[in-house]
Amino acid sequence: MSDQAANPVFDRIRQEIKDNSVVLFMKGTPAFPMCGFSAAVVQVLNNMGVQYKGIDVLTDPSLRQGIKNFSDWPTIPQLYVKGEFVGGCDIVREMQASGELETLFTDKGVATKAA
Amino acid sequence: MAMKAEEIERLIKEAFPDAIVKIDDLRGDGDHYAAKVISKAFVGVPRVRQHQMVYSALKGRMGGELHALALQTEAPPR
Repeated sequence: MSDQAANPVFDRIRQEIKDNSVVLFMKGTPAFPMCGFSAAVVQVLNNMGVQYKGIDVLTDPSLRQGIKNFSDWPTIPQLYVKGEFVGGCDIVREMQASGELETLFTDKGVATKAA
Repeated sequence: MAMKAEEIERLIKEAFPDAIVKIDDLRGDGDHYAAKVISKAFVGVPRVRQHQMVYSALKGRMGGELHALALQTEAPPR
């Protein structure tokens, strides 16, 4: 991560997670997910009624690799809330099931259907 | 591109000698696994970090030759 400062992809990622409260880096789009794991997270967010920005990493190979390096996380999807990395598909589903995700959104001031 | 379940288990146990590791081959294709890892190393560690520790034990194979590993990590009950 020594080249972090000089990496333009990292700058773009930082900007996205700064400008948008909830960002999902995914394969495909929220309307047309191209991978079952991305689709699963989309479904969780949609069911909770959370506003989010989906960013399709398949359209940009440098972003696809860049987000993995940025988060130190080997897979897509990746969920960011208020600039903070929450996790991938397994963690999001686990947190949704336990109610932790709802708590996280509430604590971070992100509106959900239930709130 | 597939990876054997025993190989996944070996790498995880190498990094977490106390771990209880349970691996399921979800589709029987050697490419989609679920792993549950219970280790004292996870006590007090946030979940994202726990998963990062397991990914790091897999030495870069996750996301590469290992396409899908549904991961569940926890600390042992006290």
